[in-house]
Amino acid sequence: MPIVMDADRIGRTLTRIAHEIVERNKGVDDLALVGVRTRGVHIARRLARALREITGEEIPTGALDITLYRDDLMRQAVGPQPLVRRTEIPFSIDNRKILLVDDVLYTGRTTRAALDALIDFGRPKAIQLIVLVDRGHRELPIKADYVGKNLPTASDESVQVRLQESDGQDEVVLQQEGR
Amino acid sequence: MIHTLRHKDLLGIADLTPEEIALVLDTAEAMKEIGSRTVKKVPALRGKTVINLFFEPSTRTRTSFEIAEKRLSADTLNVAIGTSSVVKGETLADTALNLEAMNPDMIVLRHSSSGACHLLSRICRSAIINAGDGMHEHPTQALLDAFTIREKKKTLSGLKVAIVGDLLHSRVLRSNIHLLTKMGADVWVCGPPTLIPADVSRFGVRATSVIDDAVRDADVIMLLRIQLERMEGAYFPSLREYFNVFGMTEDRLRAAKPDVMIMHPGPMNRGVEISSEVADGPYSVILDQVSNGVAVRMAVLYLLAGGAEHEEAA
Repeated sequence: MPIVMDADRIGRTLTRIAHEIVERNKGVDDLALVGVRTRGVHIARRLARALREITGEEIPTGALDITLYRDDLMRQAVGPQPLVRRTEIPFSIDNRKILLVDDVLYTGRTTRAALDALIDFGRPKAIQLIVLVDRGHRELPIKADYVGKNLPTASDESVQVRLQESDGQDEVVLQQEGR
Repeated sequence: MIHTLRHKDLLGIADLTPEEIALVLDTAEAMKEIGSRTVKKVPALRGKTVINLFFEPSTRTRTSFEIAEKRLSADTLNVAIGTSSVVKGETLADTALNLEAMNPDMIVLRHSSSGACHLLSRICRSAIINAGDGMHEHPTQALLDAFTIREKKKTLSGLKVAIVGDLLHSRVLRSNIHLLTKMGADVWVCGPPTLIPADVSRFGVRATSVIDDAVRDADVIMLLRIQLERMEGAYFPSLREYFNVFGMTEDRLRAAKPDVMIMHPGPMNRGVEISSEVADGPYSVILDQVSNGVAVRMAVLYLLAGGAEHEEAA
């Protein structure tokens, strides 16, 4: 079970992404962070802290649950429903540049659902995608704007992002799927 | 933690475990946020068809279900009984089977006979949601009541809940007793002796006809409508006397906890079970109940749309 990113590496990576955000957007005016539940939200909050340390500015930060927008919802004749959690975007996204944050970019289907969900909240000026890990195997034409680590994987492997806030420690692990 | 309901249908609270009740309430919290958006719609139930089959008059419940269905993007239609074949003598089972032949996914049923939903549950493939059957159960009302209480008090466990009014004819009472006792509340029921069901204490509640005992230190007071349309006999001398003995007034409220919540499932008879001052007063959460009803019904529709399944690992 190889650890591909440890706590230090994750910390440095997020600091680097925060600097890239400032550089690319020439500051943080009109920016807002929206994390995809669950771990995208933790990463978004950490990026907000990093951006505050760099610029002194407070970036509005929200949480998005994409369950009700999933493209595999109701596809099976019978099956348990995925758990729905609360979306909290306590600011208007109209005319803002939204930094959409997720832990792992894989097929792109979660991102597709997140884009649809975001558009229902308003009309942002732009949406940029931030992921901690891009593991490839895209099934939709989606690309991240900021990538913590590009991680080539086989499709029978799984990438586990563990974060202090939800899992008690920071690490990214590559696992062979147990089938 | 469970992620799904074990049943195809929602027939009553009696069938639900405390974990399933908590799942509905947690899911409803997420659904409530959708109602506060500018675009109040998510695509979750796209392509699903829901029939609202109401054999009894209803404004609140029918509208609430319809809004909930639309916010989840289901296709909904309302069968109004006055213009349906029921007036030509069709049985409930035949009506249901004919509707089902058009392949809906869910049927929301209100009927004046207790057990009507159980009958449909046996003969229909669609998920049946009980929107009130006779004097039996009204599960979504109890769920929205619980949601409203939990929103304000954070928990249901250990609260003193006094339910006052026409206990005998009330399906809201029956669903609420099941739900509140399962979730650990201390439930008191109060009304004229003629309107207290025999053996109600078997359900783990305390029954009294002394309103002050029921109200004392209550965290929640839930008033039930005096159901004039279901009363064939003389249960009490007059509505005015009922108000004098059992009506909720500001005076009576003083014995309750300072942060007491006043609830009523509606429609209210002002000046019978509740005074206008109390209904419109600061303790009243009656309109919150209505708002929360949409979120709770969205949660039920969403959870049942997956079909019956046992607990999953993921």
